[in-house]
Amino acid sequence: MTVFEYAPAPESRSIVTLRSHYGLFVDGEFTDGGGAPLKTVNPATEEVLGEVAVGTDADVDRAVRAARKAFTRVWGPMRPADRGKYLFRIARLLQERAREFAVLETLDNGKPITESRDVDVPLAAAHFFYHAGWADKLEHVGLGPAPRPLGVAGQVIPWNFPLLMLAWKVAPALAAGNTVVLKPAETTPLTALLFAEVCQQADLPPGVVNIVTGAGDTGRAVVEHADVDKVAFTGSTEVGKQIARSVAGTRKVLTLELGGKAANIVFDDAPVDQAVEGIVRGIFFNQGHVCCAGSRLLVQESVHDEVIASLQRRIGTLRVGDPLDKNTDVGAINSPEQLARIRELVGIGEAEGAHAWQPEGELPGRGYWFKPTVFTDVTPAHRIARDEVFGPVLSVLTFRTPDEAVAKANNTTYGLSAGIWSEKGSRILAVADQLRAGVVWANTFNQFDPTSPFGGYKQSGYGREGGRTGLRAYLKES
Amino acid sequence: MSERIEVRKTYKLYVGGKFPRSESGRTYAVTDGRGHFVANAAKASRKDARDAVVAARGAFAGWSAATAYNRGQVLYRVAEVMEGRAAQFAEEVAAGEGLSAARARAAVDAAVDRWVWYAGWTDKLAAVLGGTNPVAGPYFDFSVPEPSGVVAVLAPQRSSLLGLVSVLAPVLATGCTAVVVSSYQRPLPAITLSEVLATSDVPGGVANLLTGDAAEIGPWLAEHADVDGIDLTGAGTAAMELERSAAGTLKRVLRAPGEEPDWAADPGLSRMTPFLETKTVWHPIGV
Repeated sequence: MTVFEYAPAPESRSIVTLRSHYGLFVDGEFTDGGGAPLKTVNPATEEVLGEVAVGTDADVDRAVRAARKAFTRVWGPMRPADRGKYLFRIARLLQERAREFAVLETLDNGKPITESRDVDVPLAAAHFFYHAGWADKLEHVGLGPAPRPLGVAGQVIPWNFPLLMLAWKVAPALAAGNTVVLKPAETTPLTALLFAEVCQQADLPPGVVNIVTGAGDTGRAVVEHADVDKVAFTGSTEVGKQIARSVAGTRKVLTLELGGKAANIVFDDAPVDQAVEGIVRGIFFNQGHVCCAGSRLLVQESVHDEVIASLQRRIGTLRVGDPLDKNTDVGAINSPEQLARIRELVGIGEAEGAHAWQPEGELPGRGYWFKPTVFTDVTPAHRIARDEVFGPVLSVLTFRTPDEAVAKANNTTYGLSAGIWSEKGSRILAVADQLRAGVVWANTFNQFDPTSPFGGYKQSGYGREGGRTGLRAYLKES
Repeated sequence: MSERIEVRKTYKLYVGGKFPRSESGRTYAVTDGRGHFVANAAKASRKDARDAVVAARGAFAGWSAATAYNRGQVLYRVAEVMEGRAAQFAEEVAAGEGLSAARARAAVDAAVDRWVWYAGWTDKLAAVLGGTNPVAGPYFDFSVPEPSGVVAVLAPQRSSLLGLVSVLAPVLATGCTAVVVSSYQRPLPAITLSEVLATSDVPGGVANLLTGDAAEIGPWLAEHADVDGIDLTGAGTAAMELERSAAGTLKRVLRAPGEEPDWAADPGLSRMTPFLETKTVWHPIGV
């Protein structure tokens, strides 16, 4: 049989203008930071994309003061409908410059252009559009006739969905009438800084959105600043616990969106091809750098061999490589640190006796890469069944009865998401009811929408993002 | 004719639907507002707290899976049974809090009414806090509130009955199960309330009441890995340390108010939402 090779179909990067140096965005202007600048790198090529300013405690203080001033004098007193109009403007600007954002995101993050183009950026715009409409309807969120904003929100976001996580944080905060100091991830600051340009184009009043780049110390300064009223963090459970400890005894309101180890449960009546697509989307979407990734596949014993054979055949067709190529399914691992973490856990998985499988094929010579990996013969005690890998690594376990599936799915300290694959409606609803997870995808996986609350049970954090529930986290009863 | 010698009550803990003494063997003297001895209350220990958590965890599956209608009827039953013992409660509240008979009775009435109020909430929460989400795609998507799990409640120190009911009833209304540490100096209404709970169809283990010192037991509950949430209302000066400790397992924390609130005020949803999760379920739409 003739096999047709794909011709390369690269997205042009000419739409993006990279700068050699990026500053902080404070009080409506780009300024230098006091720290030693860091370099941000294209993980697919190891090319340095630019130098980015690092915010010190003093820079963060400047940003918080700008945010406080804007809250008190401009954004707080503004007519709610006018606040909404600014957010609508931002949504439209994101749509207008969508391709530019998508290319820049892929360069800085390593994710496939098809994902940044079709998921990250459109959803980010949708989040602003959705929340824009809330700005003058806050009396309907369920916090009494005149809910009030909290004040200055300090927000720290991760590197896996840089622009989308910004949107999840900034849009509801602004719609509720708060102002923002946002710290993007150390390895993916560029789309946040491009977003700052969007704020300028929208004529958003200075100080309403402030973006302070840097690493962990900068984030800590944002979280611990005494004049911050609300802290929102997305990232690891370990850092989430530190933050919860640091805000204890303060007035700060906290929401945390942390790690996960989601079970993706495949029952014997599930259509195998559909389930396999869902398994692939669940764990290899965004290289598995997804807190809600379906990283534990629970397959009913009777269909295990069939599902695994089909899954391996499908994984064999995934194209791993140049993230800017529109044929690419799996892009680059975001950083050498994350690659090392993935390698370490995979090594532990093999050492503990699980069986690793990877598809054939070459990985690019430069950049940070890891092949899609499937572990079979995994037991619930294995580290790869318990620890969040945050990479393209799937652990397969089996079950015999629905009760056993639920027990195994819930046997984790996390509780962010879960998947169910079955043709039987009553079984889906019964299992969904018993799963201790904040988002349950039945016969689908990794779907997101601004109207749909997202967030975890247990040590996956607390609070929700999206929908009326998410908006309430930025308001208080008057 | 000689005066009848009354039969006095032994006040014990309420754990797993039973009334044990503290495993530590400890008691402490409870006095009334004028300093006169009233009773010896059990002084719960760390082990008692852990036993109570085990009981609460064991009861969670059944209580959280009960229909909202059923939970509502059970909470309403608590109000019914409490109403029948209103005089006894009023006496204890009057003695413990130093209130006039009329004001003590008003506090008891308000406590009974609070159970009724929360009984009516159980089957409304999902409609008020959840709903369908109009996602931009061919999916049916809905969100429902679900109970967080086992909640440790440090009850207010001053309002020994109305305050206690005001912190316990919302936790039970959500479908969570509770481990409550009563007011230290005014623990007796908590144990009498336990007797009401035990005879009101509240399944054993759903509500566990410990008399004793929140300052002693609170830290163990705050760091207990099988406790999902903690209400710090009665924690006093220990509140910050307990919140820090609770961060170790990312418990849902309801912070203590600056000072004890007016428990007669309408609490709204503010004491239920901290111990509710939101679960969102997606399913494709297609033929």
